[in-house]
Amino acid sequence: MNVIFTTMHEQLTDLLVRFRESEGNLITLLQDTQEVFGYVPQEAVYWYANELDVPASRFFGIATFYAQFHLKPRGKNIVTACCGTACHVRGAERLVNAVKRELKLEEDQDTTEDRLITVEKLACLGTCSLAPVVIINGKMFGKATTDILTREIRSLKKEAKKDE
Amino acid sequence: MGPGGIASGGGEVLSAFETLLKQSNLSAEIKDRCSTHKVGCLGMCSMDVLVDLFIDGKKTTYQKVNAGMVQRIIDEHIIQGAPIAEWITDEEYDNFYSKQIKVVLSDCGVVDPESLASYVANGGYKATDKVLKTMSPVEVTDVMTKSGLRGRGGAGFPTGLKWETCRKVPSSQKYIICNADEGDPGAFMDRAVLEGNPHAVIEGMLIGAYAIGADKGYVYVRAEYPLAVERLSQAIKEATAKGFLGKNIMNTGFNFSIKLKLGAGAFVCGEETALIASIEGQRGMPRPKPPFPVFSGLWGKPTVINNVETLANIAYIITKGAEWYASYGTEKSKGTKVFALTGKVKNTGLIEVPMGITLREIIYDIGGGIEGGKALKAVQTGGPSGGCIPASMLDINVDYESLAKVGSIVGSGGMIVLDEDNCMVNIAKYFLAFTQLESCGKCVPCRIGTKRLLEILERITKGLGREGDIELLERLSKDIKSASLCGLGQTAPNPVLSTLNYFRDEYEAHIRDKKCPAKVCKDLLTYSILEAVCTGCGACKRACPSAAISGDKKKPHKLNADLCVRCGACFDVCKFKSVTKE
Repeated sequence: MNVIFTTMHEQLTDLLVRFRESEGNLITLLQDTQEVFGYVPQEAVYWYANELDVPASRFFGIATFYAQFHLKPRGKNIVTACCGTACHVRGAERLVNAVKRELKLEEDQDTTEDRLITVEKLACLGTCSLAPVVIINGKMFGKATTDILTREIRSLKKEAKKDE
Repeated sequence: MGPGGIASGGGEVLSAFETLLKQSNLSAEIKDRCSTHKVGCLGMCSMDVLVDLFIDGKKTTYQKVNAGMVQRIIDEHIIQGAPIAEWITDEEYDNFYSKQIKVVLSDCGVVDPESLASYVANGGYKATDKVLKTMSPVEVTDVMTKSGLRGRGGAGFPTGLKWETCRKVPSSQKYIICNADEGDPGAFMDRAVLEGNPHAVIEGMLIGAYAIGADKGYVYVRAEYPLAVERLSQAIKEATAKGFLGKNIMNTGFNFSIKLKLGAGAFVCGEETALIASIEGQRGMPRPKPPFPVFSGLWGKPTVINNVETLANIAYIITKGAEWYASYGTEKSKGTKVFALTGKVKNTGLIEVPMGITLREIIYDIGGGIEGGKALKAVQTGGPSGGCIPASMLDINVDYESLAKVGSIVGSGGMIVLDEDNCMVNIAKYFLAFTQLESCGKCVPCRIGTKRLLEILERITKGLGREGDIELLERLSKDIKSASLCGLGQTAPNPVLSTLNYFRDEYEAHIRDKKCPAKVCKDLLTYSILEAVCTGCGACKRACPSAAISGDKKKPHKLNADLCVRCGACFDVCKFKSVTKE
């Protein structure tokens, strides 16, 4: 058993204890898991399935049903474009395309190969008066333009180079 | 306020006020509409950050405040007593509020959402006191029935009737659920209420629970609304600590507790039976009704599910009376409704108006008309389940019946204004892409039907539309509507049907002439460079991903249409408007 596995095992045990104490359900367990790891690791699902005697398919069924869950690790930086109706009529699609162009991402790709940046779309953030809205690492950009976004993305790339 | 104010710099403005006021040794009550700590959203988000200044009871409101302006406001207004005229809100601001009637939002922006004491000081929990000590459950449901309140989540089912039905079902265990899974894209009414006045929602649930005989409640809230989740959980904690929730509330022997459940991002969970499945920890898939949740809901027990806005109305109706509430609105649609007014309108924000107001009043008097002097094309109401109302029908009354008559719905309250630059086929495609993605897949008409509808719309917007496509869309829509299991599928074709009904010529232009009249559908556009305007700066050449633009520096550039991938990058970067599309 290597070191990484030991810590993961501890984290999972901890999550399971919390789950049993709070009388939660599988959705809350997966939500908590994602909060710890940033995504839902397959190993975690199989481990839970074994511990709780619940088929793994139930977990995967839930994880693939709800938009919130990610089964793959995401990039270091997250760019979330709101694609709600108000943002859509104010050109959200154009923004997403510009960002993807800047990152050289294919249409069906959402994370850069170096896992630096993930581009995601979201149904509606509920800040329609600021449309179009883009969130970069939790910071909200209202009335976003391609210029603002390209600048932000370039500075993210620059920072990453500095860290290397 | 909430997110709008925070994103526009509300936090910085508040802290600037705090530090500068401390420096000048003044004590003033800071009441910043846009702070994360003081009050909730006041509605007019396009003028954020808004700051209310109270001096000797006189209110002055400044608009579009930033941290740099704070010093001058303090020096000139607070210290010298001379308001700064050019920063004060103008006529537009007054117009925005003059036609509104605030019930649900009356305390949003007045009470501090993070303080129970502030809510109580504003008359909070008085309705609970009255209900628990002087009224029987039957009397409560009678008041609701008389008030004419109908569900604000979209379907408009009479609240009094729902409660009365559930009350009559014999069961030792009942539940009340607050549906705060506001999923419609372009709607943020519930979020504003949860963030601005969470105790009003709790009080509504408490009274509802008493009326139907429930002792447990759930709030199912979107995880995408972190601030709402935070404020709500704090409000529940505080209300429990002070004895407004829990055992033996107000010494009346009535018990009621509330649990918070976070949604995980599924639009279909706004549907009652899907929401129940999700709370139970399963995939959020609807089941056939009947049995309705009031007979068999959460864990098979009688359950009432009410929307946030509906619940936030309850305490006001109890306090001020059913007759007062029913005095607003039309014969069948009583009271007021909150709308999220967005899109191409000048004053975007949250508005509360009496039912029956005309669409023209909303858009021109409250909304201030269309941005940039463009022409209004249509208004989309009711989100993905609703429809588009064309500009020619602006004098229609906004209530449940009138909107249904023209093929749209009131829905949860999203109201998106579209101008001449919006393509109606594209709007229909947008909503279909949404419902198709969110379809849970349980029933075939919805799962496959929406997919096929979307494919046809995609074909049309790509210039591959065929004769007969319009008729096919209509037939398929009818079938999906009549055969789908739940509300999602039954209403999903509405955006297609209503745009087809009022904007058939746009569909025909796409199919027959291969043109997009609004210049939105990119496959039907041709880009070119106006040589007379082009300065040869080279910005477009650098931006072009397919090397379709050529030219020497400082000389007009050329665009090779054969290489062009129509991404629009050149159009976006050109500062001289020399790139055209048609």
